[in-house]
Amino acid sequence: MSNASGPGRPAASEGTEASSFDTRKHTPVQRLQHFLHGNPAAVPMIVVVVSVVVFAATIGPKFYSAFTLTLILQQVAITGIVSAGQTLIILTAGIDLSVGSIMVLSSVVMGQFAMHYGVPGFVAVIAGLAAGGLCGLINGLLVSLVKLPPFIVTLGTWSIFGAITFIYSGNETVRSQDIDQTAPILHFFGNSFRIGHAVFTYGVILMVALSALLWFALNKTAWGRHVYAVGDDKNAAMLAGIRTGRVLVSVYVVTGLICGLAGWALIGRIGSVSPQAGQLENINAITAVVIGGTSLFGGRGSILGTLFGALIVGVFSLGLRLLGTDPQWTQLTVGALIIIAVATDQWIRKVSA
Amino acid sequence: MDSEGFGMNTTTQPILSARALTKNYGRVTALDNTDFDLYPGEVLAVIGDNGAGKSTLIKAISGAVVPDSGEIRLNGQPVQFVSPMQARDAGIETVYQTLALSPALSIADNMFLGREIRRKGVLGKLFRMLDRQAMEKFAREKLSDLGLLTIQNIGQAVETLSGGQRQGVAVARAAAFAAKVIIMDEPTAALGVKESGRVLDLIRDVKARGLPIVLISHNMPHVFEVADRIHIHRLGRRIAVVDPKTISPSDAVAIMTGAKAPPEEGLAA
Repeated sequence: MSNASGPGRPAASEGTEASSFDTRKHTPVQRLQHFLHGNPAAVPMIVVVVSVVVFAATIGPKFYSAFTLTLILQQVAITGIVSAGQTLIILTAGIDLSVGSIMVLSSVVMGQFAMHYGVPGFVAVIAGLAAGGLCGLINGLLVSLVKLPPFIVTLGTWSIFGAITFIYSGNETVRSQDIDQTAPILHFFGNSFRIGHAVFTYGVILMVALSALLWFALNKTAWGRHVYAVGDDKNAAMLAGIRTGRVLVSVYVVTGLICGLAGWALIGRIGSVSPQAGQLENINAITAVVIGGTSLFGGRGSILGTLFGALIVGVFSLGLRLLGTDPQWTQLTVGALIIIAVATDQWIRKVSA
Repeated sequence: MDSEGFGMNTTTQPILSARALTKNYGRVTALDNTDFDLYPGEVLAVIGDNGAGKSTLIKAISGAVVPDSGEIRLNGQPVQFVSPMQARDAGIETVYQTLALSPALSIADNMFLGREIRRKGVLGKLFRMLDRQAMEKFAREKLSDLGLLTIQNIGQAVETLSGGQRQGVAVARAAAFAAKVIIMDEPTAALGVKESGRVLDLIRDVKARGLPIVLISHNMPHVFEVADRIHIHRLGRRIAVVDPKTISPSDAVAIMTGAKAPPEEGLAA
C-alpha cells in the first residue's frame, strides 16, 4: 500500500535481512527437528511401519498376513476409540482418567435399558451415549467452571463413575445370548465383514471413521483451532476472544460421547455387558496418545498420531506374543516407548526459530 | 462533560474518553477518579511509574477490568465493557504485552483466532469448514500492508518467528480488525534495538492509516519518538498531559515520579 512507503521502507529492508538470517544453513539434525515439529504424526507413523517390517521379517507370513494385520486393528479398536477422545482432552493440556469408567458405565446403561426397561435397542444405545455425554459434561463443568485441575477432577470421577457402574448394574453381567435375543443392535460393532483374508469389524470402521471426523474437526474448523489454542496458552486464547470455558466443556462432552460409543463397541467386542470390563482402558488410552506424539503440555499433537500410537501398542503386543516371549516384555516395551515418546516431544519442542 | 476538552485538540471531540474512573482492589486504589482522552488520529503515550495504575486504566478501557465508578465514552456515546470481547466488538483492539498469540498455530490462524471465516455454502454451514484460502489471503494482505511481507509462509507456526515478527503479527491483527482504536501495551519491552525500530515504524504506519493509538511504554526514547501527546499517570490519576515537542524526557520522568510539579498548562489542559 502506498502510505507504507515512508516509514515502511526501512522496515521492509530490515525485514529482508531478518528473513535471510532465517534461511541460514541448518544442520541435518535441525532440519529433522523442524520437520518433526511441523508433522507431529510422522514419528509414530514411522515406528508403526518399521515395527511391522521388523516383526514381518522375524516372524514371517504368520505375522505378515492380511488376517493377522487386521486382527491387530480389531484388538486396538476400543483403545483407539477411547484414545481419540483422550487426545482432545490432552490437546487442551488436560487429562481424563475417567474415560474407561465412562465407557463401562455407558455400556452398562445400554445393557440395563435393553434388558430391564423393555425399550427398543436403539433407545438403549441413545441412553448409553447420553450417559457418556453427561459424565463428560460433569467433568467439563468441574474443570472449566469450578476451575479444578483435570487430573483431580477425573481422578475423582473415575472412582465415582466406576462405583455407579457397579451399584447401578448390581454387579450383574448381561449374557451375550440375551443381548442377541433382545437387542442385537448392541452387538453391531462386533459384526465383521471380510475382504479376502482381511477381517474388519464395524468397531474398526468406527475407530477409523471417528479419527477421520476428529481430524477434520481439529484441522478444518474454528472449534478445532480453538481446542489447540486453549491447550497452547489459555490466557492468550482468552485475550484473543475465545470463550475458553465453552471450548473446554465441549471437549469434555465430546469425549464423554466418544467414550459412550466405545462402550457400545465394547459390547460388540466382548459379547456381554460386564461392569468388570475395560478396567485399564484409561491407562491404555493415555499410553496411545502419548506414544502418538501428543504433548501432555497441550496444544500440540494430532489425532492421526494417536491412531498410530494405538497401532504401535497393538503391533508390539501381537508381534511379541507370536514370538513367544513372556507378556511382561510387552509391558516393558510399551513403558520404554512412553518414555522415549515424551523425551522426543521435549526435544521437538525446543525447536529453534 | 465532553465540551470541557483536554490537551491540544480542544476543538475536536475525543474518540475515546473516560471521566472520573475509580477502581479499588480491596484497600488499594488503582484508579483514583482519573480522566482519559484520546483524539482521532493521534498517538497518545501513557506513562507512569510501576503501580501508578496505568495498566488498570488500560484494562478498564479495553474491557479487561470493570471500573467501580466513572464513565467511558466512545465517540461521545457512553459504553460499558464487561469483557475484552465487547470492547473488541466496539472497535477497540488491544495488543497485549503477552501478545495473546497461540505459538503452535499458524500466522493466519492466529490472526483470525476467535473470528474465523467459514466457507460459503454447505461446507461452511453444515460442516463449519474454515475458508483457509480467504483467511491466508487476508492475512498476507494485512502483513504486506505493514511492510511485513518478509514473513514468507503464512502457514508457518508463530513460535518459529522472531520476537519482532511476532509483535508484527499481533499488531497486524489489531490493525486489521480495529475500527476505532488500537491499544498497545509495552510493544517494545521484549525487543532488541533493531526490532523495536520496526515496531515504531509499524506504529507510524498504523497512525498514517488514521487509526488512533494508545501506547503504554516505559521507554522514554520510544515514547518521544512516536507520541503526539503524553498522558502522565501518577498515584492512580492523570496528573498531566504534555506535548513531547515542548518538554524534555527527563522532565516528563520527573513529573511521573513526583520529583517535579506538573506544568500549569498540563494541569489546566
